[in-house]
Amino acid sequence: MSIFLNENSKVIVQGLTGSEGTKHATKMLAAGTNIVGGVNARKAGTTVTIGGKDLKVFGTVEEAIKETGADVSVIFVPPKFAKDAVIEAIDAAIPLAVVITEGIPVHDSAYFWAHAVAKGNVTRIIGPNCPGIISPSKSNAGIIPADIAGPGPIGLVSKSGTLTYQMMYELKEFGFSTAIGIGGDPIIGTTHIDALEAFEADPETKAIVMIGEIGGDAEERAAAFIKENVTKPVVGYVAGFTAPEGKTMGHAGAIVSGSAGTAQAKKEALEAAGVKVGKTPSETAALMKDIIASL
Amino acid sequence: MRDLAWIRHRRSSACRLPHSDVNREYRVDLYEYQAKDLFAAHGVPVLPGKTVDNAEAAEAAAAELGTAVVVKAQVKTGGRGKAGGVKLAESPAEAKEKATAILGLDIKGHTVHQVLVTTASDIAEEYYFSFLLDRSNRTFLAMCSAEGGMEIEQLAVERPDALARIAIDPIAGVDRAKADEIVAAGRIPAVVADQAADTIVKLWETFVAEDATLVEVNPLVRDPEDKIVALDGKVTLDENAGFRHPGHAELVDERTENALEAKAKAKGLNYVKLDGGTVGIIGNGAGLVMSTLDVVAYAGEKHGGQKPANFLDIGGGASAQVMADGLDVILGDSDVKSVFVNVFGGITACDAVANGIVEALKILGDGATKPLVVRLDGNNVVEGRQILADANHPLVTVVGTMDDAADKAAELAAAV
Repeated sequence: MSIFLNENSKVIVQGLTGSEGTKHATKMLAAGTNIVGGVNARKAGTTVTIGGKDLKVFGTVEEAIKETGADVSVIFVPPKFAKDAVIEAIDAAIPLAVVITEGIPVHDSAYFWAHAVAKGNVTRIIGPNCPGIISPSKSNAGIIPADIAGPGPIGLVSKSGTLTYQMMYELKEFGFSTAIGIGGDPIIGTTHIDALEAFEADPETKAIVMIGEIGGDAEERAAAFIKENVTKPVVGYVAGFTAPEGKTMGHAGAIVSGSAGTAQAKKEALEAAGVKVGKTPSETAALMKDIIASL
Repeated sequence: MRDLAWIRHRRSSACRLPHSDVNREYRVDLYEYQAKDLFAAHGVPVLPGKTVDNAEAAEAAAAELGTAVVVKAQVKTGGRGKAGGVKLAESPAEAKEKATAILGLDIKGHTVHQVLVTTASDIAEEYYFSFLLDRSNRTFLAMCSAEGGMEIEQLAVERPDALARIAIDPIAGVDRAKADEIVAAGRIPAVVADQAADTIVKLWETFVAEDATLVEVNPLVRDPEDKIVALDGKVTLDENAGFRHPGHAELVDERTENALEAKAKAKGLNYVKLDGGTVGIIGNGAGLVMSTLDVVAYAGEKHGGQKPANFLDIGGGASAQVMADGLDVILGDSDVKSVFVNVFGGITACDAVANGIVEALKILGDGATKPLVVRLDGNNVVEGRQILADANHPLVTVVGTMDDAADKAAELAAAV
C-alpha cells in the first residue's frame, strides 16, 4: 500500500510536450511510472516518443481519461496557463492532480481551489509549487528524484522540496511508503492533515515524518489533528528558527490564524501533541531511527 | 478638532507585511501613497495629495492644495506617528518645516525619503476595513469594524466580536449584496452604510484587478459631512502575478532595500540579508536554505556565536552564472567571514553546481578571498565532488554532511 499514488496509477502529463514536461516525464518513466499520455490542445492527435515510449497527446484531460483511463495528472503548465489547466483537470474529475508549476498567482490558486471545492472535491490537488509525490518502486508523479530512497515503512509529508530530498536521503536505509511534497505556497490543495490522515489509514506506513516551515498555521493545525487522530509515531521538523522576526510573518496573517507562525510556536504545538521534533534534519532522522528500531 | 484623530490613528498601521522571500510569499508592499493611487484608480474615495522628496516641494504642494495639510512619512512600517513621522501643518510654511523634520527620520530602521502632503480631514468616526488572503481556509477574507483607528491586532485579541470576519468566495467575489453584508457585520453606522458598501465593492475590484494579497484601509473615515474617505491605505501585491501587471514593476522602490539585497535583486537572486551574521549561505530550495540557517546558527554556538549572514536560494537550475552572481553578492558583504554552499541535488545536478563554483571562482578571480565550505549530495554527487577535487581550489573545502559542513564554516568564520 501507499497513499494517493500506487503501482496501478495511470498518469497523464499536462504540458508533456514542453521542456519541463518532457524532461520530467523521461525521469518519471525511468522510475517506473505508468505514463499513458499527455495533454496539449495545440498538439492534439500527435504522438511523442519519450524515454522510448510512444505517448499520445490529447486535446483535453477529459479525452485523455476517456482513451486511457488515466487517474492522475501531473501539471507542468507555465504559471500563465496553470489556472485553466487545473480547472480543466477538475472539470474532467480526475482523482489526482499534481501541480508542479512554481509562480502561480495566489488569486489563481484561490480560484481553482474554490472551483475544486464547488465540484465536491472529487479531484485531490497536490501543490502548486511542489515537487509532487512518490511511492517508491511503484510510481512517481512529479520531480522527486526516484533514486534517493526505496520503498519502506515511513510516510513523509513536507512543505519543502529540497528538505523532502534531504530527509529521504537521511532515512534511505529504511525507505518510504509514500513521500509527498505539498508545496509552500500560501494556498495549497493537499495539506499536512490530509497526508497524515491517509498515512494513519495506510497499513504499510508504520511511522510518519512531517516537515514544516515558518509561516501560516498549517503545522499547528496538523498538531491538533495528530493529537486527536494519529496513533502512529510521528517525528517532526520545522525549518526557520533563525529566520528574523521582521522578515517572516505579517500581522494580518496572525490575526486570521491566531498563530505567530514562528518555528518555535510550531515546534511547541507539535511537541504538545506528542510529536518528537528534531532541531536539525539529522537529529530528526535520528529520532526516526530510534522509532523504527523500537517497532 | 481638526484632525486630532491623526494622533490616535497614526498608531494604527495594523498589518505590517514586510517583503519576505524567506516566507515564500512573493509580495510587494506598497507605500501609502502608492496604495492610495491604486484606490483612486479604482474609484475608492481618497483625499488629494502629493508625494515629494524635499521640504520646498512640500511647501509648494501645501500651497497648491490650499488647505491645512498632513505631512506623512512614506515608510513601509508601522508606528510612524509615534516616531514623529506624521504631522499637521496649517500653512505652506509650516508644511515645509514639518517636512524638514520628517525627511531623513529613521523609523524602525526605515529612512524617510518621501513624504505625502495631503489635505487634512476632519474626522467624525474611524472604521477599519481589509481584504486579505486567508491561508488557513484557502480563501479570501474581509475584515470590517466600526472601531478603526486603534491597533487592530489588539482589537482582534481583546474584543474579537468587534472585528467582523467574512469569508469571500474567490469565484463569487464581492457584489453589492455581499458588501452590504460586510458593512452590517462590521456594524458600520446606517448613515454611511451605502457609501461604505460602495467603497468596499471598489476595494474588492482593487484587490482582484491588481492581484493584491492585502488591501487595508485603517482608518476608513466618516467626515463631518458624512462622506466616506480612505484616509490611510496598505496594499500588498502578489509578485507572482507580475506577468499580467507590467506597471507593477515601477512600484518597487529599490531605495528601501539593503544595498546587498538591491544588488541581488538586480541579478534575479532570492536573497535576504540577515543582521549580525558572519557565515554567508548559498543553498537550493527555500526549505533547505532555511534549515541551513538553523544548522549554522546551532553549529555557531560552539564557535563564539557565529550566525548566518544571509538567506540565498539559488533554486532549481544552478548555472555557473547564478552561482557566480550569488558568490559575488555574498563575498561583497563585509560581514561575511566564510561561505557555506549547501546543495541537495534534486533537479539540480551536483556536477553543474560544482562547475558553477569553479567557474564562479574563476570569474571572481582575486575578488574571492573568503573560505568556502561546500556540501553536495544527491543527483550526480560523485561527479560534482570529483570536479571540486580536481579543481583543488585553495579556498574550497568539501565536507560530507550538512552538520559537519556547518560546523566547519562556523569554525572558519570564527578564525578570521
